[in-house]
Amino acid sequence: MPDLFDKFDGIIAEKAAILESGSHDPFKVTMDQVLSETEAMIDGRKTILVGTYNYMGMTFHPDVMQAGREALQASGTGTTGSRVLNGTYSSHVAVEEALKDFYDAEHAIVFSTGYLANLGLCSTLTGKGDYIIIDADSHASIYDGCAMGNADIVRFRHNSPEDLEKRLKRLPADAGKLVVLEGVYSMLGDKAPLKDLVAVAKAHDAMVLVDEAHSMGFIGPNGRGVTEAEGLEDQVDFIIGTFSKSVGTVGGFAVSNHPRFEVLRLVCRPYMFTASLPPSVVASAEKSIRLLMHAGNRRAHLWENSKRLHAGLRELGFTLATPQAQSAILAVIMPDQDTTVKMWNALLVRGIYVNMARPPATPIGTFLLRLSLCASHTAEQVDQILETFEAAARDIALALPAAQAAE
Amino acid sequence: MTAPSQDNIRATLNTLVAPFNQKAIALKPETTFATDLELDSLTVMDLVAAIEDEFDIILPLNRLPDLETIDQVAAEVTTILAKQDS
Repeated sequence: MPDLFDKFDGIIAEKAAILESGSHDPFKVTMDQVLSETEAMIDGRKTILVGTYNYMGMTFHPDVMQAGREALQASGTGTTGSRVLNGTYSSHVAVEEALKDFYDAEHAIVFSTGYLANLGLCSTLTGKGDYIIIDADSHASIYDGCAMGNADIVRFRHNSPEDLEKRLKRLPADAGKLVVLEGVYSMLGDKAPLKDLVAVAKAHDAMVLVDEAHSMGFIGPNGRGVTEAEGLEDQVDFIIGTFSKSVGTVGGFAVSNHPRFEVLRLVCRPYMFTASLPPSVVASAEKSIRLLMHAGNRRAHLWENSKRLHAGLRELGFTLATPQAQSAILAVIMPDQDTTVKMWNALLVRGIYVNMARPPATPIGTFLLRLSLCASHTAEQVDQILETFEAAARDIALALPAAQAAE
Repeated sequence: MTAPSQDNIRATLNTLVAPFNQKAIALKPETTFATDLELDSLTVMDLVAAIEDEFDIILPLNRLPDLETIDQVAAEVTTILAKQDS
């Protein structure tokens, strides 16, 4: 009998080699105790977390926790049903109202995760005979949504308005088109040239969807993302977002001013055929979203942290993926997988947790140590992160080029 | 403009595949991208972009599962060009 697992032998061997090198398992880190938004106990060691998506530091906010506790007490642990059957409670409606207020939008639909929101919109908006045009570095949920749908999938070079235009020109003028973009790309933390990309899409009569998962709360005057920062709210047709980053719980959403947007609740399978979020989760999300509408101090501190860490790492001689801090994600480019694993492990042993990222999650041949900042990181913690990077590089004898001045 | 023949297209494809042919194997019509050339999915998508730009066409990613060999891609490109011509 053929063993269906044979095809995974390559990846099993690769992982075994990482463990043989004496490293922790990079894909199996356990937070034994979470102390705060920025610290956890890992292997009995107090560790600074620099690889979470807790950008705005809302996970331990007393009001956000209290809202969740109250909803848990009042409505129980779960809805045990789909949004279109028994799974819509008043708390689900309330969080959608909060999103409409946050984005100043006519419609908001909440999904059970951000992955499902992208899966739902990408697979449902375009159909047979339509075209879905995506950035080459799109998140897996966008690729998977395309694969699930029936539209023809066209890919353009990452963040290149010229390449997007070249491809749009080749498509039939009268075909339905959806251009899918992200405000901030999560692997390198780079911001999209949204104004140029949206102008090209609109010139070719395409609808535009922007995933603002990694910008909510701290980019744009009201924290609505790169779309708002670049003044494109009247041109972007759909915004996708998540509760699992700045909002600090879990869930996904889509907002839009399209007059017929609500029909998606009846045709979008990743919305219909899964259980809705527990009431405590959406109650916390609602509270958090409303707090994020007035979170100027947190925002300012998050940007300070990101800029300070970016400049500090460059001064130490590390190579960063972006010339300056463009978001709360900083990607340190590493030479190869072996060095990446060693450095990642050396940091963890010294009490700093970052993400290790490798292809296919990253662009071809790119190995990264990915850092993400939190508004709750203190200036002292940022200093400690920098000192630890220097020490860990020494531990593994990583040669660093001469310090680079910030651009 | 007359569309190029499938043989000409295959010759052009060989040129485009060359930079991705790390093991320098002999390219035949039945050479496969995944097994023979050992290209991962990301590399295949970059190759698709090169093919699209060379022929000024769109080769949607959802067609890729049916295009395993150089000859199959040549046939697909021929079909797309013929459609554009008509």
